[in-house]
Amino acid sequence: MDQLKTLTARVVALPIENIDTDQIIPARFLKAIDKAGMGDHLFADWRYDAAGKPKPAFVLNQPRARGAQILLAGDNFGCGSSREHAVWALTGFGFRAVISTSFADIFRNNALKNGLLPIVVDQATHRDLFDLVAEIPEVELTVDVAAQTLTMPGGRVARFPLDPFSKTCLLEGVDELGYLLARQDAIARYENQNVPN
Amino acid sequence: MTLPRTLFDKIWDDHVVVQEPDSPAVLYVDLHLVHEVTSPQAFQGLRERGLQVRRPDKTFATLDHSIPTDGVFPIADAIAAKQIAQMETNCRDFGISLFGLSDERRGIVHVIGPELGLTQPGTTIVCGDSHTATHGAFGALAFGVGTSEVEHVLATQCLLQSKPKTMQVRIDGVLSRGVTAKDIILALIAKIGIGGGTGHVIEYAGSAVRALSMEARMTMCNMTIEAGARAGMVAPDDATFEYLAGREFAPKGAAWDAALARWKTLPTDDGATFDETVSLDASALEPMITFGTNPGMGVPITSRVPEAPGFEKALAYMDLQPGAPLLGHPVDVVFIGSCTNGRLSDLRLAASVLKDRKVAPQTRVLVVPGSQQVKRQAEQEGLDQIFRAAGAEWREPGCSMCIAMNGDALQPGQYAVSTSNRNFEGRQGKGGRTFLASPLTAAASAIAGAVSDPRKII
Repeated sequence: MDQLKTLTARVVALPIENIDTDQIIPARFLKAIDKAGMGDHLFADWRYDAAGKPKPAFVLNQPRARGAQILLAGDNFGCGSSREHAVWALTGFGFRAVISTSFADIFRNNALKNGLLPIVVDQATHRDLFDLVAEIPEVELTVDVAAQTLTMPGGRVARFPLDPFSKTCLLEGVDELGYLLARQDAIARYENQNVPN
Repeated sequence: MTLPRTLFDKIWDDHVVVQEPDSPAVLYVDLHLVHEVTSPQAFQGLRERGLQVRRPDKTFATLDHSIPTDGVFPIADAIAAKQIAQMETNCRDFGISLFGLSDERRGIVHVIGPELGLTQPGTTIVCGDSHTATHGAFGALAFGVGTSEVEHVLATQCLLQSKPKTMQVRIDGVLSRGVTAKDIILALIAKIGIGGGTGHVIEYAGSAVRALSMEARMTMCNMTIEAGARAGMVAPDDATFEYLAGREFAPKGAAWDAALARWKTLPTDDGATFDETVSLDASALEPMITFGTNPGMGVPITSRVPEAPGFEKALAYMDLQPGAPLLGHPVDVVFIGSCTNGRLSDLRLAASVLKDRKVAPQTRVLVVPGSQQVKRQAEQEGLDQIFRAAGAEWREPGCSMCIAMNGDALQPGQYAVSTSNRNFEGRQGKGGRTFLASPLTAAASAIAGAVSDPRKII
C-alpha cells in the first residue's frame, strides 16, 4: 500500500449526496480480473456520453480536475455495493483523499486498505469547503495524516477522526495482511480450541 | 454474573481471536463465500505473496454475477467468460469447492448458502458482496467485505474489524394481505434513510419478525445494507431449526443435537441494551414502491411522487413529476429474481398473481430463479408453466438484471418494476429506471403493464 503522510493538492467538488459505488464505477466494468485501468471508468456514466466521448460539463473532464488529488463529495459517500473497484477507480484517477460528512462502512474500509484517506468533516466545514472550491477552483488544501488535520488557505484548520491503527498503516504504507499473518499462532490456537474440524 | 448480551455481542465475543489496544479485533470467519467478480484480484494477491488459502474447507465459491441467464454456452461475452474461467482456475489451484457451471447446487451466493445448510446460527460469514447481510436471517453475523478483505480471509481465515454499534428494529403487528417482507424493509429504509444504519449491526425483533418465514427473513436482512448497516440479524428460533434440519451441510446426528443446544443460547438476553432502537408497526404498512434513485426513496404504492428538497436530481433521472401518481405509470420491464426475492416462496407469490393471466403485450417480464435448486423445485410445482403461459421468460439462475453485467439489462430510458435491491442510476442498465417492489407488486404490474397495487387482484 502506498504511504500517505501529507498531501497538498487541488480539489474536485461533486456536491451530490449519497454517491453510490454503482456511480463511482458501473458494474459492467467489474468483469476485469485485475485492477488496471479502473481510473478510466471512474464515474463513467456521468463522465462520458453514449458514444464514449467525455461530457465537457462534468467536472472530471474540466482542466481543473487535472492533477487534483482530493475529491470533495456530498453526504454518505460510497454507499451500496462492496466493490473495491470503486476505490481502485478513485486511486487510479489519482485521488488520495475524499472529503465528506460521512462514508459508508464498507467503502471506508476498502479506501483505507488502498491508501485512500476518507476525511470526515462537520456540516459547516463541508459547506465552507464547497463555497471555497466554487470561489477559487484552483484552491489547494493540505492534509496532514499524523496531525489529522485539513488545512485551508488562510490557515483555517479542520481536524478529522482517524483510528490509530489505520493511521499507522497509512503513515508507514503497510497493509493489514501483514498484521494478520504475524498472528497466525494465535489464530491456530483459536482454531484448536473453538473450531470443529 | 455476566452482563446481559445481545445476539450480536455473543457472536462477536465468540469470534475474537486477538484484541490488542489501539487495534481492531482479529475476528475469526466461520464461512467464506466467494464469487467470480470480487475475488480474482484477491487470489492474484495470494499468488504474488506466495500464500495459500488457510481453510479451503471453510471456503465455498459459486458463479452468479457475470454469468448469463440465457443458458447459452459457451458464454458469448469473452470478458465474462475469462472471469468465470479464472474462478475455476483459482478454485482448482487453491483447493476450494466450486459450485460451478454444471453443478446442480450453483446459484446466487446468498441463495445457495442457506439452501445448502452452510449458513448456520451463531457463525460469522463474509463474502465480497454487500448483500451477505442476507445470512443474518439465521442468527449469523454476516456482512460484505471488499476484495482486500477477501484476500485477508483467504490467507488467514480472519479479518480486522472494529466493533460496530448495535441497533434494534422492533416490528410488531400483523401484515395486511398483499404486504410482504420486502415492503417491511423498504418501509424501514424510507424511515431511517440509506445512511440510517451506518456503523451499526441491526437486530430485527418483534412479533411481526417472528411470524416471517425464513425466506421472508432473508429478504428483510438482505436489504439491511441499503440502510447503511452491514449486517442485519434475526435470533434463531424453531423456524430456523426446521429450515436447516437435513440440509446438505447442516450438522447431523449428535452434532445436530449439540448445535441445537448451542443455537438456543444465542437470542438476546433480557435486559441487554442496544445503542439505538427503532420501531415499526407492521399493521400500518402498505405495499411499498420506490420512486427515486436510492432504496430510501420509497413510499406506499398509493402515494404520489413526493416533492422535497434533495429529490430533484433523482426525479429528473426518473423523469417523474412531483405530485404525479405512481400507480398506473407505464412499465417496460418487470424483473422477478435476485438475492432479495429470487427464492421459491417469492416465485410462488409471483405465480399466484400470474396464474391464468397474461403479461401486458408491451411489457417484457423476466423470472430468474435464485439457484438451480430453486429452479428445479419451481419446475416440479409447475411454476415455470404458469410464468411461460402468462408470457414471461423463465431463465437460468443468476444475478441477472439486478446488476446488469451479464447480458440482462434495461435499455436507456426504460422503466422496470424490479424485485431486486437497488434502484441506483444505471444499476439495471445504463439509463434504465427502476421501481423497487415486492414479487406481488411486480407480478401485478406485469399484467397491467404499469405500476399496480397487488391488493386489487389477489
